[in-house]
Amino acid sequence: MKLSLPLAMLLALSLAPAARAANEADYKSAYSAAEAASKEAASLRHQWTVTVSALAAAKKAGDGGDFNRAVAAAKEAEALAKASIFQAISEKEAWKAMEIR
Amino acid sequence: MKARSSILLGSLSAALVAFALTSARVVAADKIDPVADAKAFQNFFFQKFPTVKHEDFVNGPYSMNEDMKRQWQEKEEFPPYEFALDAGKEMFATPFKNGKTYADCFPNGGIGIRQNYPYFDEKEGKVVTLELALNRCREANGEAPYSYVKDEMASLTAYMAFTSRGKPMDIKIPDDPRALAAFENGKRYFYTRRGQMNFSCASCHVQSPGERIRAEILAPALGILNAMPIYRSEWSGMGTTSRRFVTCNSQTRAVPLDPQADEYRDVEYFLSYVANGLPISGPGARP
Repeated sequence: MKLSLPLAMLLALSLAPAARAANEADYKSAYSAAEAASKEAASLRHQWTVTVSALAAAKKAGDGGDFNRAVAAAKEAEALAKASIFQAISEKEAWKAMEIR
Repeated sequence: MKARSSILLGSLSAALVAFALTSARVVAADKIDPVADAKAFQNFFFQKFPTVKHEDFVNGPYSMNEDMKRQWQEKEEFPPYEFALDAGKEMFATPFKNGKTYADCFPNGGIGIRQNYPYFDEKEGKVVTLELALNRCREANGEAPYSYVKDEMASLTAYMAFTSRGKPMDIKIPDDPRALAAFENGKRYFYTRRGQMNFSCASCHVQSPGERIRAEILAPALGILNAMPIYRSEWSGMGTTSRRFVTCNSQTRAVPLDPQADEYRDVEYFLSYVANGLPISGPGARP
Protein backbone atom coordinates (compact mmCIF):
# COMPACT_ATOMS: atom_id res chain seq x y z
CA MET A 1 0.00 0.00 0.00
CA LYS A 2 2.89 2.33 0.84
CA LEU A 3 4.31 1.84 -2.63
CA SER A 4 1.09 2.70 -4.39
CA LEU A 5 1.89 6.43 -4.98
CA PRO A 6 5.40 5.94 -6.42
CA LEU A 7 4.11 3.10 -8.53
CA ALA A 8 1.22 5.15 -9.81
CA MET A 9 3.60 7.98 -10.73
CA LEU A 10 5.93 5.59 -12.49
CA LEU A 11 3.03 4.11 -14.40
CA ALA A 12 1.75 7.55 -15.38
CA LEU A 13 5.18 8.61 -16.57
CA SER A 14 5.69 5.45 -18.58
CA LEU A 15 2.34 5.93 -20.29
CA ALA A 16 2.90 9.64 -21.03
CA PRO A 17 4.18 10.23 -24.57
CA ALA A 18 7.82 11.16 -24.56
CA ALA A 19 8.49 14.79 -25.75
CA ARG A 20 9.65 14.50 -29.33
CA ALA A 21 12.76 16.39 -30.32
CA ALA A 22 12.11 18.98 -33.02
CA ASN A 23 13.48 18.26 -36.45
CA GLU A 24 14.45 20.44 -39.40
CA ALA A 25 10.97 20.33 -40.89
CA ASP A 26 9.47 21.61 -37.61
CA TYR A 27 11.99 24.43 -37.59
CA LYS A 28 11.37 25.42 -41.20
CA SER A 29 7.63 25.48 -40.67
CA ALA A 30 7.87 27.53 -37.45
CA TYR A 31 10.41 29.88 -39.01
CA SER A 32 8.38 30.52 -42.10
CA ALA A 33 5.26 31.34 -40.02
CA ALA A 34 7.30 33.74 -37.87
CA GLU A 35 8.92 35.34 -40.89
CA ALA A 36 5.55 35.95 -42.56
CA ALA A 37 4.13 37.61 -39.43
CA SER A 38 7.31 39.66 -39.02
CA LYS A 39 7.09 40.89 -42.64
CA GLU A 40 3.50 41.94 -42.11
CA ALA A 41 4.48 43.91 -38.96
CA ALA A 42 7.28 45.61 -40.89
CA SER A 43 4.93 46.53 -43.73
CA LEU A 44 2.68 48.22 -41.15
CA ARG A 45 5.77 50.08 -39.87
CA HIS A 46 5.23 48.61 -36.42
CA GLN A 47 8.11 46.17 -36.25
CA TRP A 48 9.54 45.44 -32.79
CA THR A 49 13.26 45.06 -32.14
CA VAL A 50 12.61 41.96 -30.03
CA THR A 51 10.89 40.24 -32.96
CA VAL A 52 13.94 40.81 -35.13
CA SER A 53 16.21 39.46 -32.37
CA ALA A 54 14.06 36.36 -31.78
CA LEU A 55 13.94 35.64 -35.52
CA ALA A 56 17.73 36.00 -35.77
CA ALA A 57 18.15 33.67 -32.76
CA ALA A 58 15.89 31.10 -34.44
CA LYS A 59 17.95 31.21 -37.63
CA LYS A 60 21.23 30.93 -35.77
CA ALA A 61 20.01 27.92 -33.78
CA GLY A 62 18.50 26.34 -36.92
CA ASP A 63 21.73 26.82 -38.89
CA GLY A 64 23.60 25.21 -36.00
CA GLY A 65 21.28 22.20 -35.99
CA ASP A 66 19.72 22.99 -32.58
CA PHE A 67 16.15 22.57 -33.77
CA ASN A 68 14.53 22.55 -30.32
CA ARG A 69 15.94 25.96 -29.58
CA ALA A 70 15.24 27.15 -33.13
CA VAL A 71 11.56 26.20 -32.96
CA ALA A 72 11.15 27.84 -29.54
CA ALA A 73 12.73 31.08 -30.78
CA ALA A 74 10.67 31.06 -33.98
CA LYS A 75 7.46 30.60 -32.01
CA GLU A 76 8.45 33.47 -29.75
CA ALA A 77 9.17 35.65 -32.80
CA GLU A 78 5.79 34.79 -34.30
CA ALA A 79 3.96 35.65 -31.06
CA LEU A 80 5.81 38.98 -30.81
CA ALA A 81 5.12 39.82 -34.44
CA LYS A 82 1.42 39.05 -34.01
CA ALA A 83 1.30 41.29 -30.94
CA SER A 84 2.89 44.13 -32.93
CA ILE A 85 0.35 43.65 -35.74
CA PHE A 86 -2.44 43.88 -33.17
CA GLN A 87 -0.85 47.06 -31.86
CA ALA A 88 -0.63 48.56 -35.36
CA ILE A 89 -4.28 47.82 -36.09
CA SER A 90 -5.68 48.93 -32.75
CA GLU A 91 -3.60 52.13 -32.75
CA LYS A 92 -5.18 53.25 -36.04
CA GLU A 93 -8.00 54.63 -33.91
CA ALA A 94 -6.72 54.31 -30.33
CA TRP A 95 -4.12 57.10 -30.69
CA LYS A 96 -6.92 59.66 -30.67
CA ALA A 97 -7.65 58.87 -27.03
CA MET A 98 -4.23 60.26 -26.06
CA GLU A 99 -4.56 63.49 -28.02
CA ILE A 100 -4.54 66.83 -26.20
CA ARG A 101 -7.72 68.66 -27.23
CA MET B 1 -55.58 65.70 -32.24
CA LYS B 2 -54.09 69.15 -32.61
CA ALA B 3 -52.17 68.72 -29.35
CA ARG B 4 -50.86 65.32 -30.49
CA SER B 5 -49.63 66.81 -33.80
CA SER B 6 -47.93 69.62 -31.93
CA ILE B 7 -46.12 67.16 -29.64
CA LEU B 8 -45.06 65.06 -32.62
CA LEU B 9 -43.88 68.11 -34.53
CA GLY B 10 -42.06 69.38 -31.45
CA SER B 11 -40.28 66.05 -30.88
CA LEU B 12 -39.29 65.88 -34.52
CA SER B 13 -37.85 69.40 -34.42
CA ALA B 14 -35.93 68.60 -31.22
CA ALA B 15 -34.52 65.43 -32.81
CA LEU B 16 -33.47 67.36 -35.92
CA VAL B 17 -31.76 70.06 -33.85
CA ALA B 18 -29.95 67.40 -31.78
CA PHE B 19 -28.85 65.62 -34.96
CA ALA B 20 -27.61 68.85 -36.52
CA LEU B 21 -25.62 69.72 -33.38
CA THR B 22 -24.08 66.26 -33.16
CA SER B 23 -23.12 66.26 -36.86
CA ALA B 24 -21.44 69.64 -36.48
CA ARG B 25 -19.38 68.29 -33.57
CA VAL B 26 -18.34 65.22 -35.54
CA VAL B 27 -17.27 67.38 -38.48
CA ALA B 28 -15.41 69.73 -36.11
CA ALA B 29 -13.61 66.79 -34.47
CA ASP B 30 -12.46 65.43 -37.83
CA LYS B 31 -11.38 68.80 -39.25
CA ILE B 32 -7.64 69.40 -39.22
CA ASP B 33 -7.15 72.61 -37.27
CA PRO B 34 -3.48 73.25 -36.44
CA VAL B 35 -4.22 76.61 -34.78
CA ALA B 36 -6.65 75.01 -32.32
CA ASP B 37 -4.27 72.07 -31.79
CA ALA B 38 -1.34 74.35 -30.98
CA LYS B 39 -3.44 76.41 -28.58
CA ALA B 40 -4.69 73.29 -26.78
CA PHE B 41 -1.18 71.81 -26.69
CA GLN B 42 0.40 74.92 -25.17
CA ASN B 43 -2.46 75.41 -22.69
CA PHE B 44 -2.10 71.83 -21.50
CA PHE B 45 1.52 72.42 -20.47
CA PHE B 46 0.95 75.93 -19.16
CA GLN B 47 -1.82 74.64 -16.91
CA LYS B 48 0.01 71.49 -15.87
CA PHE B 49 3.09 73.49 -14.87
CA PRO B 50 1.76 76.91 -13.85
CA THR B 51 5.01 77.99 -12.18
CA VAL B 52 7.21 77.33 -15.24
CA LYS B 53 7.81 80.44 -17.35
CA HIS B 54 6.52 79.81 -20.85
CA GLU B 55 9.86 80.46 -22.52
CA ASP B 56 11.53 78.04 -20.09
CA PHE B 57 9.83 74.93 -21.53
CA VAL B 58 12.46 74.88 -24.29
CA ASN B 59 15.03 73.91 -21.66
CA GLY B 60 13.48 70.47 -21.31
CA PRO B 61 14.13 68.66 -18.01
CA TYR B 62 15.77 71.75 -16.52
CA SER B 63 12.42 73.52 -16.59
CA MET B 64 11.01 70.72 -14.45
CA ASN B 65 13.67 70.39 -11.74
CA GLU B 66 15.41 73.20 -9.85
CA ASP B 67 18.47 71.17 -8.83
CA MET B 68 19.12 70.07 -12.38
CA LYS B 69 18.57 73.61 -13.60
CA ARG B 70 21.28 74.98 -11.30
CA GLN B 71 23.75 72.30 -12.42
CA TRP B 72 22.96 73.05 -16.06
CA GLN B 73 23.39 76.80 -15.60
CA GLU B 74 26.86 76.19 -14.19
CA LYS B 75 27.66 73.81 -17.03
CA GLU B 76 26.60 76.45 -19.56
CA GLU B 77 29.68 78.49 -18.63
CA PHE B 78 31.75 75.90 -20.51
CA PRO B 79 29.07 74.10 -22.50
CA PRO B 80 29.85 70.62 -23.80
CA TYR B 81 28.55 71.51 -27.27
CA GLU B 82 31.13 74.26 -27.73
CA PHE B 83 33.47 72.08 -29.82
CA ALA B 84 30.61 71.20 -32.16
CA LEU B 85 29.63 74.84 -32.39
CA ASP B 86 33.14 75.91 -33.39
CA ALA B 87 33.41 73.06 -35.88
CA GLY B 88 30.01 73.94 -37.34
CA LYS B 89 30.94 77.58 -37.78
CA GLU B 90 34.09 76.63 -39.63
CA MET B 91 32.32 74.05 -41.81
CA PHE B 92 29.59 76.53 -42.63
CA ALA B 93 32.10 79.07 -43.91
CA THR B 94 34.30 76.59 -45.79
CA PRO B 95 33.52 76.59 -49.54
CA PHE B 96 32.58 73.38 -51.36
CA LYS B 97 34.85 72.18 -54.16
CA ASN B 98 32.84 74.30 -56.59
CA GLY B 99 33.51 77.45 -54.55
CA LYS B 100 29.95 77.86 -53.24
CA THR B 101 29.01 77.61 -49.57
CA TYR B 102 26.01 76.63 -47.46
CA ALA B 103 25.08 80.30 -47.32
CA ASP B 104 24.22 80.12 -51.05
CA CYS B 105 21.51 77.52 -50.36
CA PHE B 106 19.56 79.32 -47.65
CA PRO B 107 17.60 82.53 -47.18
CA ASN B 108 19.56 85.25 -45.35
CA GLY B 109 22.75 83.29 -45.99
CA GLY B 110 21.59 80.66 -43.49
CA ILE B 111 21.98 82.98 -40.51
CA GLY B 112 19.15 83.31 -37.98
CA ILE B 113 16.73 81.08 -39.87
CA ARG B 114 16.47 77.96 -37.66
CA GLN B 115 13.04 79.04 -36.38
CA ASN B 116 11.56 78.62 -39.88
CA TYR B 117 12.45 74.90 -40.15
CA PRO B 118 10.90 72.53 -40.96
CA TYR B 119 8.78 74.06 -43.71
CA PHE B 120 6.30 72.59 -46.15
CA ASP B 121 7.64 72.58 -49.70
CA GLU B 122 4.63 73.02 -51.97
CA LYS B 123 6.59 71.95 -55.05
CA GLU B 124 7.63 68.65 -53.51
CA GLY B 125 4.44 68.28 -51.48
CA LYS B 126 6.45 67.28 -48.42
CA VAL B 127 8.01 68.63 -45.24
CA VAL B 128 11.63 69.75 -45.52
CA THR B 129 13.69 69.78 -42.34
CA LEU B 130 16.89 71.75 -41.77
CA GLU B 131 18.94 68.54 -41.80
CA LEU B 132 17.41 67.50 -45.11
CA ALA B 133 17.95 70.96 -46.60
CA LEU B 134 21.62 70.87 -45.55
CA ASN B 135 22.23 67.53 -47.23
CA ARG B 136 20.35 68.64 -50.35
CA CYS B 137 22.58 71.70 -50.42
CA ARG B 138 25.65 69.46 -50.26
CA GLU B 139 24.41 67.15 -53.00
CA ALA B 140 23.41 70.06 -55.24
CA ASN B 141 26.99 71.26 -54.96
CA GLY B 142 28.58 67.91 -55.74
CA GLU B 143 29.35 66.88 -52.14
CA ALA B 144 28.45 63.60 -50.43
CA PRO B 145 25.62 63.84 -47.87
CA TYR B 146 26.41 63.62 -44.17
CA SER B 147 25.01 61.08 -41.70
CA TYR B 148 21.77 62.46 -40.32
CA VAL B 149 22.41 61.27 -36.81
CA LYS B 150 25.64 62.83 -35.59
CA ASP B 151 28.98 64.55 -35.94
CA GLU B 152 29.07 66.87 -38.95
CA MET B 153 25.30 67.26 -39.28
CA ALA B 154 25.00 68.03 -35.57
CA SER B 155 27.81 70.59 -35.80
CA LEU B 156 26.25 72.38 -38.75
CA THR B 157 22.78 72.50 -37.21
CA ALA B 158 24.31 73.56 -33.86
CA TYR B 159 25.86 76.59 -35.52
CA MET B 160 22.68 77.47 -37.40
CA ALA B 161 20.59 77.12 -34.23
CA PHE B 162 23.08 79.27 -32.31
CA THR B 163 22.67 82.12 -34.80
CA SER B 164 18.90 81.90 -34.21
CA ARG B 165 18.89 81.74 -30.40
CA GLY B 166 16.05 83.63 -28.81
CA LYS B 167 14.05 83.91 -32.03
CA PRO B 168 10.52 82.56 -31.64
CA MET B 169 9.73 79.35 -33.49
CA ASP B 170 7.78 80.39 -36.57
CA ILE B 171 6.50 77.42 -38.55
CA LYS B 172 3.98 78.05 -41.30
CA ILE B 173 1.31 75.68 -42.55
CA PRO B 174 0.29 76.85 -46.02
CA ASP B 175 -3.28 76.59 -47.23
CA ASP B 176 -2.57 73.28 -48.92
CA PRO B 177 -4.38 70.04 -48.05
CA ARG B 178 -1.05 68.17 -48.30
CA ALA B 179 0.49 70.41 -45.63
CA LEU B 180 -2.49 69.83 -43.36
CA ALA B 181 -2.20 66.10 -44.02
CA ALA B 182 1.51 66.20 -43.10
CA PHE B 183 0.67 68.00 -39.85
CA GLU B 184 -2.04 65.46 -39.05
CA ASN B 185 0.27 62.56 -39.92
CA GLY B 186 2.90 63.97 -37.56
CA LYS B 187 0.32 64.31 -34.83
CA ARG B 188 -0.81 60.71 -35.35
CA TYR B 189 2.79 59.50 -35.19
CA PHE B 190 3.36 61.44 -31.97
CA TYR B 191 0.38 59.88 -30.19
CA THR B 192 0.63 56.34 -31.61
CA ARG B 193 1.90 53.63 -29.28
CA ARG B 194 4.66 51.45 -30.70
CA GLY B 195 7.32 48.97 -29.70
CA GLN B 196 7.11 46.15 -27.18
CA MET B 197 6.94 48.74 -24.37
CA ASN B 198 3.71 50.03 -25.95
CA PHE B 199 4.80 53.64 -25.56
CA SER B 200 3.99 56.63 -27.71
CA CYS B 201 6.06 59.82 -27.73
CA ALA B 202 3.22 61.28 -25.64
CA SER B 203 3.47 58.54 -22.99
CA CYS B 204 6.70 60.11 -21.78
CA HIS B 205 6.59 63.70 -22.96
CA VAL B 206 2.91 64.55 -22.40
CA GLN B 207 1.77 62.21 -19.65
CA SER B 208 4.96 62.17 -17.58
CA PRO B 209 7.20 65.24 -18.04
CA GLY B 210 9.06 66.01 -14.82
CA GLU B 211 8.79 62.36 -13.73
CA ARG B 212 11.77 60.08 -13.59
CA ILE B 213 12.32 57.24 -16.01
CA ARG B 214 15.15 55.38 -14.36
CA ALA B 215 17.72 58.10 -13.62
CA GLU B 216 16.45 60.61 -16.15
CA ILE B 217 13.89 63.38 -15.81
CA LEU B 218 11.52 63.44 -18.75
CA ALA B 219 11.31 66.62 -20.80
CA PRO B 220 7.98 68.19 -21.75
CA ALA B 221 6.99 67.80 -25.41
CA LEU B 222 6.33 71.53 -25.64
CA GLY B 223 9.44 73.16 -27.11
CA ILE B 224 11.39 69.90 -27.09
CA LEU B 225 12.82 70.55 -30.58
CA ASN B 226 13.70 74.19 -29.92
CA ALA B 227 16.89 72.99 -28.19
CA MET B 228 18.07 70.71 -31.00
CA PRO B 229 20.72 69.61 -31.72
CA ILE B 230 21.88 68.55 -28.27
CA TYR B 231 24.97 67.27 -26.54
CA ARG B 232 23.92 64.28 -24.47
CA SER B 233 26.17 62.94 -21.76
CA GLU B 234 24.47 59.56 -22.32
CA TRP B 235 25.69 59.61 -25.93
CA SER B 236 29.06 61.19 -25.06
CA GLY B 237 28.50 63.44 -28.02
CA MET B 238 26.18 65.49 -30.15
CA GLY B 239 22.94 64.30 -31.64
CA THR B 240 20.50 65.68 -34.16
CA THR B 241 16.71 65.66 -34.19
CA SER B 242 16.93 62.52 -36.34
CA ARG B 243 19.07 60.83 -33.71
CA ARG B 244 16.56 61.78 -31.00
CA PHE B 245 13.66 60.17 -32.90
CA VAL B 246 15.63 57.03 -33.75
CA THR B 247 16.77 56.63 -30.13
CA CYS B 248 13.27 57.18 -28.74
CA ASN B 249 11.93 54.46 -31.01
CA SER B 250 14.69 52.02 -30.02
CA GLN B 251 14.08 52.67 -26.32
CA THR B 252 10.46 51.55 -26.71
CA ARG B 253 11.77 48.47 -28.55
CA ALA B 254 10.34 49.62 -31.87
CA VAL B 255 12.48 49.26 -34.98
CA PRO B 256 13.34 52.87 -35.88
CA LEU B 257 12.57 54.26 -39.33
CA ASP B 258 15.27 55.59 -41.59
CA PRO B 259 16.33 59.09 -40.57
CA GLN B 260 14.29 61.65 -42.51
CA ALA B 261 11.55 59.11 -43.28
CA ASP B 262 8.26 60.89 -44.05
CA GLU B 263 6.86 60.11 -40.59
CA TYR B 264 9.86 61.66 -38.84
CA ARG B 265 9.67 64.75 -41.06
CA ASP B 266 5.96 65.06 -40.27
CA VAL B 267 6.35 64.60 -36.52
CA GLU B 268 9.04 67.28 -36.56
CA TYR B 269 6.61 69.55 -38.42
CA PHE B 270 3.87 68.89 -35.84
CA LEU B 271 6.09 69.35 -32.78
CA SER B 272 7.70 72.49 -34.15
CA TYR B 273 4.38 74.06 -35.13
CA VAL B 274 2.81 73.53 -31.71
CA ALA B 275 5.91 75.23 -30.20
CA ASN B 276 5.40 78.37 -32.31
CA GLY B 277 6.23 81.47 -30.30
CA LEU B 278 8.70 79.74 -27.98
CA PRO B 279 12.36 80.72 -28.42
CA ILE B 280 15.05 78.71 -30.15
CA SER B 281 17.51 77.58 -27.46
CA GLY B 282 19.71 75.20 -29.41
CA PRO B 283 22.26 73.84 -29.29
CA GLY B 284 21.34 72.30 -25.97
CA ALA B 285 22.97 70.05 -23.40
CA ARG B 286 21.16 67.17 -21.74
CA PRO B 287 22.18 64.48 -19.23
